[in-house]
Amino acid sequence: MKRRARANPSSRTAQGRRSAKAQVSPPPLWTQKEIKVRVNGVEYTSTVDVRMTLVDFLRHELGLTGTHVGCEHGVCGACTILLDGQAVRSCLLFAVQADGAEITTVEGLGTPERLHPLQEAFRDHHALQCGFCTPGFLMTTLAFLRENPEPSDGEIREVLAGNLCRCTGYQGIVEAVRDAARRLRSAHGA
Amino acid sequence: MKPAPFQYAAPETVEESLALLRAFGEEGKVLAGGQSLVPLLNMRLARPSVLIDLNRVRELSYIRDEGMTVAIGAMTRQRAVELSGLVRERLPLLAEAVRYIGHPQIRNRGTIGGSLAHADPAAELPVVALVLGAQLVIRGPKGTRSLRPEEFFVSYLRTALEPEELLVEVRFPAHRAYGTAYLEVARRHGDYALVGVAAMVRMEGERCAEARLGFTGVGPVPVRLPEVEEAVAGRHLDDATLAEVGRIVADRLEPQSDIHASAAYRREVAGVLAGRALRLAAARFKGGEGG
Repeated sequence: MKRRARANPSSRTAQGRRSAKAQVSPPPLWTQKEIKVRVNGVEYTSTVDVRMTLVDFLRHELGLTGTHVGCEHGVCGACTILLDGQAVRSCLLFAVQADGAEITTVEGLGTPERLHPLQEAFRDHHALQCGFCTPGFLMTTLAFLRENPEPSDGEIREVLAGNLCRCTGYQGIVEAVRDAARRLRSAHGA
Repeated sequence: MKPAPFQYAAPETVEESLALLRAFGEEGKVLAGGQSLVPLLNMRLARPSVLIDLNRVRELSYIRDEGMTVAIGAMTRQRAVELSGLVRERLPLLAEAVRYIGHPQIRNRGTIGGSLAHADPAAELPVVALVLGAQLVIRGPKGTRSLRPEEFFVSYLRTALEPEELLVEVRFPAHRAYGTAYLEVARRHGDYALVGVAAMVRMEGERCAEARLGFTGVGPVPVRLPEVEEAVAGRHLDDATLAEVGRIVADRLEPQSDIHASAAYRREVAGVLAGRALRLAAARFKGGEGG
């Protein structure tokens, strides 16, 4: 048992157990599949190619182009969204995997007339220049401040390490997140 | 569309997953958290014809207290492990190391089993499994088998998993009798480690009774250095001992150079981190003793 050779992994007793059980047949294979998702409170039903990433689905099928596509391999964080309340990279998920999920994108945050306190803080602290990375930073920060309403500067820098910004040098973003935490706390306390 | 075409299956049980692996294991690929596989698919470096998505297999997501062992289902998210009170209390080394994996967005999706089965040579979980003496529980057409990390990790991104097999559980021995520490140096927080060190120490008074030391990022698989572990046994972990540790580590490890760091730099860092990790683990051992 201890020194079982790699090339010969068989376990006869377990095999006996298996043959006693009826063999399960494999579930179907799909190349397209119908999915239902709720995005920013709106229900959508759509048939998608199984190889379509979630970010492409949001942008191309639903027209929600606020979520940006950067590196498409999980490094830049521009495509960060909330999936069932958790920040995830939507370029590393397939739309088909989101079937049944609740999604929040940057369009669900605020409106141009009535910005979310987080967006106001980003504006006030010059936490963006070209704006390409901003939706990802906002969604990352939104989830972060929900879990940790009073973060230290170290914690803010650590969480922001998952998103790339090539304009600001991050200083304004750190300040914006610090200020947003304050604004959200007083909004909740009111 | 970024990835090459594939067919997709979403099993809901382990049995269904195994049936899919029996039918398509050779040409297919198992999708766990997807934080390493989907980049490979998007870059078309991997082109499996069938993708077996385990994300709806709920029975593989659990953290179970089994007395001397904590059993973690392969599809348990890294974030769930990070936030688990049981893990923090019983497996502090794992709790500490898991925070170094990527970023929260990555750990919200990334799984324990996925990271181990991917076997990246600079990843955190393989070296933790190695130092803790974890058991990797594997199901396949011939039943269930259990491998030690030394047997499981074969080379760069290669494990002893056969195409029809599935990693279903990792069994970590609880290690409250030890002080532990995980340290690493990376370019940014969340990047893969240039070097990572996991240390486990049991002290008797001021002397180190037993030590285990594992390294990641310094070769094709995570490594332990028995020479170092023997060298510190029975000794005070003072500056002289730790300097000797650093020398042996730098001498015995054979890391590679890449664009991030030279082999010489990695050796140097490994030696320094090894000393720091031993000292921290020893301090925690004493702290944990009620001091």
